[in-house]
Amino acid sequence: MMQVSKTSVIVKSVVSLLFALIWVFPVVWLVLSSFKPGSELFTFPLTLFPKDFSLSGYISTFSRYNVFRATYNTAFITFFATVITLIMSCMCGFALAKYHYKWLSVFFMCMLATTMLPTEVIMSPSFTVILNLGLYNSLWGAIIPTVGTMTGVFLMRQFFISIPDELLEAARIDGANEGRSFVQIMVPLCRSQIAILAIFSFRWRWNDYVWPLLALTNPDKYTLQLQLRTLSGAEAVDWSALLSFSVLTMIPVLIIFIIFNRQIMSSEVSSGVKG
Amino acid sequence: MSRKKKNPLDRNQGWALLFCAPNIIFFIIFFLWPAVIGLYYSFTNYDGWRNMDFIGLQNYINLFHDSQFYSVFWNTVLYVVVSVPLGMIVSLFLALLLNDEKIKGNSITRVLVYWPTLLSTIMVGVTWKWIFGESFGVANYVLTSMGLPSVGWFSTPAAAFWTTIIATVWSGCGVNMLIYLGGIKQIPVDLYEAATIDGANAWQRFRSITLPSLKPVTFMILLTSTINAFKVFAMVQTLTNGGPGTATTYMIQYIYQTGFTRNRHGYASAASMILFVVLLIISFVQTRMNAKQEEA
Repeated sequence: MMQVSKTSVIVKSVVSLLFALIWVFPVVWLVLSSFKPGSELFTFPLTLFPKDFSLSGYISTFSRYNVFRATYNTAFITFFATVITLIMSCMCGFALAKYHYKWLSVFFMCMLATTMLPTEVIMSPSFTVILNLGLYNSLWGAIIPTVGTMTGVFLMRQFFISIPDELLEAARIDGANEGRSFVQIMVPLCRSQIAILAIFSFRWRWNDYVWPLLALTNPDKYTLQLQLRTLSGAEAVDWSALLSFSVLTMIPVLIIFIIFNRQIMSSEVSSGVKG
Repeated sequence: MSRKKKNPLDRNQGWALLFCAPNIIFFIIFFLWPAVIGLYYSFTNYDGWRNMDFIGLQNYINLFHDSQFYSVFWNTVLYVVVSVPLGMIVSLFLALLLNDEKIKGNSITRVLVYWPTLLSTIMVGVTWKWIFGESFGVANYVLTSMGLPSVGWFSTPAAAFWTTIIATVWSGCGVNMLIYLGGIKQIPVDLYEAATIDGANAWQRFRSITLPSLKPVTFMILLTSTINAFKVFAMVQTLTNGGPGTATTYMIQYIYQTGFTRNRHGYASAASMILFVVLLIISFVQTRMNAKQEEA
């Protein structure tokens, strides 16, 4: 039995609370600031809560920037990239877990290597590839390159390894071919894992910056992140609009997190890699 | 167990290939192809438009004489060497602190520490840029109201460097903390009980039980955080824009600017290849070290 003294419980609780406050403060400060009128943003003394609650930042954001268009573009990219990622990762993860050929393990090693040479390192040639494939300035240019994610494959592979081989053997004896046993037996088994990968993929693509940056130039095609970057990179930053815009971009991720926080946090432990 | 059955497996080889085909194709198009093009570019003076003459090793020779490249490279190394260990220490500390279920509020703290990892890199940059704003930010407001001098967060190189470190640690700790928590949960409780009976104090228990048990987890976190730190781009670009001067311009931003702003794609690709080799060496060394420790 581990004996925990009362003082140590109190000290630990206080430290824990302190860290919680430190970690939550930056975002809370940003969100509360977004409800301050422009004049109050820069007048000292600063207050945590807006003295004069105002939506003027949000109104100017909506009137000056095409928030709906950017949201639509981002949602389009996120949706299709996620669907394709799920299908591909499921198939490839299954093959890597259940078949044992030399070339498969070689391919798996190659996939692992992609984590060492991320797209960020080779942006110029990646841009050339997008250009040559005719994906430049198309939303698909921010979708197609991202779907072969190593992390997705890895997540699914780990899951399929945990499913006993006997299930597959039994289906084979019953005369089902591999495609059928995959679709009818394996996929239904991994529904919860697919849901986890869907949540991950949603977040990666919603927050993605590098591929949209390379593929999209027309402001019409901008995603929320590109728009956010344009706003924050301006010579004279319009903080009032920037704050409210950034709050808007994180709402969907926040909602997903509130609903699924248990699943997200426990799956993070098992995956440990980012896509 | 039944892996050795020959005939059905051979027939299944086609299926395996079919299942992997999309990923293999995408791997070739969006990883292998760019990597090869990048290597080729690095031997040319490609400007993204007309010129693409083969110039041999000239880009590499120039890079080794380029003082700006050196300063960017060492800035990046310094950033990695400070942010990765610091992030790991904070994550481990938080994991140890928040492991105790008996302490109320721990689960909420876990959620709150984890939450920033879900923000986009640009959001992280915006959040801290708003806090460290020199004339309007809350950081300087707090400092001055405590009677301290305000800090030029983005105009002094050292301060700007620390803003990038703080933002990195803040946004990355959550995941590593969770991985450490998972590792701590797997340490058998009787180990601690036996040690306590033998008279080991808390520090000794930590040194000789917790730390060694967490070695594999630590290795994994070290590798992923090092690569992630070298990859840093949008967050710092948003936060400091690489300034003042090039004090916080790290490799990826340098490569991006050299390629896309100054149209020196060949030169940028040479820098990419150097970064790639560095990442490769780091992964190799870390993997080897881990393998050796496991043998010992």
